[in-house]
Amino acid sequence: MSILIAVTTLAVIAILFGILLGFSAVKFHVDGDPVVDKIDAILPQTQCGQCTYPGCRPYAEAIISGEANINQCPPGGETTMLALAELLGVEPLALDVEHANEPEKTVVYIDEQTCIGCTLCIQACPVDAILGAAKQMHTIIESECTGCDLCIPPCPVDCIYIRPVKVEPDTWRWSLPESAQNAPRV
Amino acid sequence: MTRTSNQLWHFHGGLKLDSHKAMSTASPIVKAKLPTRLVLPVQQHIGKAGVILVKVGDRVLKGQVLAECNEYVSAPVHAPSSGRIVDIDELPAPHPSGLNTLCIVIETDGEDKWAERQPIQQPASKSPAELRQLIRNAGIVGLGGAAFPTAVKTNPGPQAHIETLIINGAECEPYISCDDMLMREFAEELISGCDIIQYMVSASHCLIAVEDNKPQAIAALEAIIKSQALQNIEVVSIPTLYPSGGEKQLIKILTHKEVPSDGLPSEVGLLVQNVGTAVAVHNAIILGEPLISRIVTVTGEGVLQPQNMEVLVGTPMSELIEQSGGYHDDASKLIMGGPMMGFTLQSDQLPVIKGCNCLLVENTPQQTPANMPCIRCGACATVCPAQLLPQQLYWMASSKNFDLVQDYHLFDCIECGCCAQVCPSQIPLVQYYRFAKTEIWNQERDRIKSDHARVRHDFRQARIEREQKERAEKLRKKKELLEKKKLAEAAEKEAGNVAEVDPKKAAIEAAMKRVQAKKAAQQASSDE
Repeated sequence: MSILIAVTTLAVIAILFGILLGFSAVKFHVDGDPVVDKIDAILPQTQCGQCTYPGCRPYAEAIISGEANINQCPPGGETTMLALAELLGVEPLALDVEHANEPEKTVVYIDEQTCIGCTLCIQACPVDAILGAAKQMHTIIESECTGCDLCIPPCPVDCIYIRPVKVEPDTWRWSLPESAQNAPRV
Repeated sequence: MTRTSNQLWHFHGGLKLDSHKAMSTASPIVKAKLPTRLVLPVQQHIGKAGVILVKVGDRVLKGQVLAECNEYVSAPVHAPSSGRIVDIDELPAPHPSGLNTLCIVIETDGEDKWAERQPIQQPASKSPAELRQLIRNAGIVGLGGAAFPTAVKTNPGPQAHIETLIINGAECEPYISCDDMLMREFAEELISGCDIIQYMVSASHCLIAVEDNKPQAIAALEAIIKSQALQNIEVVSIPTLYPSGGEKQLIKILTHKEVPSDGLPSEVGLLVQNVGTAVAVHNAIILGEPLISRIVTVTGEGVLQPQNMEVLVGTPMSELIEQSGGYHDDASKLIMGGPMMGFTLQSDQLPVIKGCNCLLVENTPQQTPANMPCIRCGACATVCPAQLLPQQLYWMASSKNFDLVQDYHLFDCIECGCCAQVCPSQIPLVQYYRFAKTEIWNQERDRIKSDHARVRHDFRQARIEREQKERAEKLRKKKELLEKKKLAEAAEKEAGNVAEVDPKKAAIEAAMKRVQAKKAAQQASSDE
């Protein structure tokens, strides 16, 4: 008799917890992997594909699956790599590319005299920063351009050029003093 | 707050510095000569640049608006004298970066002819909001050096209640004496300006804080207050200690209140304005004149006749130096601002801007940074008026640990330079903090830009997906329709009642008949 009570009690408890778990699985369901979102938030969103993945989010997913390293993002440079190392709790790695220093920010511009209006660059732009229509002149919306340079290879007349972003007094930055080489690190 | 006693408090740290002010206060303020060319940067203030209203070739009158503001935190720029616009271009302007910025250049005609002015004799007849708009239209910005738009600062919001207006005449930085001379010579205008601001923010009390090394200024202000028998304005003499003129430091001295770390003085019921700003407010309301000139101290061991000058905004600095006797032979460095917080200029061919309170010419030979390591003596922390840990900030900034440096309240640093002044290793500490601040702002800009790019990228992906779906759907529908038609035809055939006349064929036949008829008609007409 007593064994029956024990079994029933356990069964009831199991059912109750089952319901609770089932309920919370629905109620607190998380779509996708939140860590991917966090990584994606750190990445510079140039969508340039220099990491060998087709955009920032695919790269974030590749990092999570262990497929990619954290040092494959040239536009993000050292800052992004360090932020990723911090987020994921892994050792910082040396950057993949030669220019390990902070990359210069660039945008592209279209030589409007040469442009034939083929729309190939518009199709290549990951952030819709190129304005134009078939057989009409195209132009770059500079404030939207991320400097990914993906529009350059498809251009059949080579009329897209890279330009550094102009530094204004508002965006100008103080440099470290010359004596900073001797400064301590924390 | 009503001051019940004359008690004053101390802020943390601070330094007693040699004032060097006497060299420029011996003679009264001199009006600078009207220059032939005025260069006016469109952005002379904190906030957004104005929108240019004039074009090259336009004739302008003194006080005419050249660039208006269409953002909240912004200020217009006015023509300081009458003349012709000869250029609108990127030109060098005084900024630590040495970069060019958009400037309007006026060739003066020497007539100095005013545009129409609208003086208001009774400011109390206007509402505070109307006065604020007038101050905004007059292009007034804080003249203590930061150049923050005054109309914005005097609008602390409906929640804030300003009890006391503090007028900052401390002028604690060595060499600078423009506020001292202004208080001596424009005491009446200053008091009138205080009155207007006080009315605007409905402050019950006004304190004018002056360091005790300016007895003449204090006497001049007290004489006016006494002669007008003003009850709610009081001149407070405060001890000379750098940086007592810092906003938060001055509040601490006068009221013992602490402004929250990322808060504003209005949160503790206070508003602080510079003495020069108060005079500018008087000029804007009572005289109807916009901010087109200011007092500039031209001083230092490297200039022959140090003095204070009333200067039109846009005047080349070289002309001020020339009118002050020119350079000493051993002059080595031109600084805008004081020796503690100013920055070195690359050339004297730059215009005076609204925030330029002093031109300091140093003759000390340029010394290379001593480049000694930090010995962790802690002298910097002892003098820091913001109660920060300068050596920690220095270590973090130099190793680019920008998160940690913010945890140690980098943004509470007022860049007063006390820490660097006392540092036995002569480390240029402030530059490390400025470096870290601009880097952090840059990262913030990058973050905003990348968020924006993410949204656009996601939108594009979604659009492409949607278009693909739509195309597939269209194709499917077309196919369905075709199949239906085929089925229907097949069904009809099967039923045996094939249409005797194909509508298409019938149409073609009808058309051919029409053409034949036409041809026949034409032939008939040609035969006739």
